[in-house]
Amino acid sequence: MPGHDHQHDGHSHDVTQHDPEGAERNRVPYYGQRIYAIRELLIDKGVLTREQVQQQIDYMDARSPANGSRLVARAWVDPDFKQRLLSEPKAACAEMGIDASSLVEFVVLENTEQVHNLVVCTLCSCYPRPILGRPPDWYKSFAYRSRAVVEPRAIMREFGTELPEETQVRVVDSSADMRYLVLPRRPPDTEGLSEAELASLVTRDSMIGVTEAKQPSSSAR
Amino acid sequence: MSADQADVDQVAVGFQPGQAVRVKADERPGHVRTPAYVRGKVGWIERVQGAFRDPETRAYGGDGLPRQPLYLVGFQQTELWQPYAESAADNLYVDIYQHWLEPA
Repeated sequence: MPGHDHQHDGHSHDVTQHDPEGAERNRVPYYGQRIYAIRELLIDKGVLTREQVQQQIDYMDARSPANGSRLVARAWVDPDFKQRLLSEPKAACAEMGIDASSLVEFVVLENTEQVHNLVVCTLCSCYPRPILGRPPDWYKSFAYRSRAVVEPRAIMREFGTELPEETQVRVVDSSADMRYLVLPRRPPDTEGLSEAELASLVTRDSMIGVTEAKQPSSSAR
Repeated sequence: MSADQADVDQVAVGFQPGQAVRVKADERPGHVRTPAYVRGKVGWIERVQGAFRDPETRAYGGDGLPRQPLYLVGFQQTELWQPYAESAADNLYVDIYQHWLEPA
């Protein structure tokens, strides 16, 4: 058969010959290869065990924006807790059983009718990982990091957030030892909701500041 | 660590909240945490964050001592960008170590 001249000897042949683009996609990039090599060296030399590496991966995966959502919902229903969250954020986390001890310093920024906060790290991807888990890819993108400081309202508009002109936008560039979490405003008409229902309105993006908290859907009320 | 050691390892706090500051317009290589877009710009001390090891030496095997006071410095967006296309009331805040600041 013209153009189909190789031998079909079972399935042991190299699929990359058929799909060079796929092979390129699946290739471990340079820094990935490097980190795997370092991991194997550390294990070979007895510095770490394979189990410890896996435990740390599991720990990192277990952290999620749900931690932040719980903090925000509690702050919405308990004014005293909100004050503690703003003044002693790590202690407030401990109160909720959230381990924030690996954060160097933790700062909570309260959104109000007058002020809307937006967090970015222009130099890399500093992010309150114990509270929000791993940052989304867009947070680490060059486009977000460069544009958030120059045109924050345009960025928010792309996330569907339109702020009144008179609301002051405060961009916080977290490039040193502090990690920032936005405390979004409680949506209107949520008086009857439980703390757990309120937490479901608190999205990751609202705690970065590109959106506000979700409005309750009519079916949830 | 005793109190005396803490004093030796830490640069004294030189700026107070509300004080006007200018970010030094230095160019230097290495693990610098002062974003280029605020260098040479005038802002104010919004809050004193504490004292932290200097990442510029710590990133290269040094101990980062003495600790540098770290400040949240506020800027008007219109000071940073000409023109700034959004609201003139908007601000930007960034954490800056003391050795990058001078009185303005």
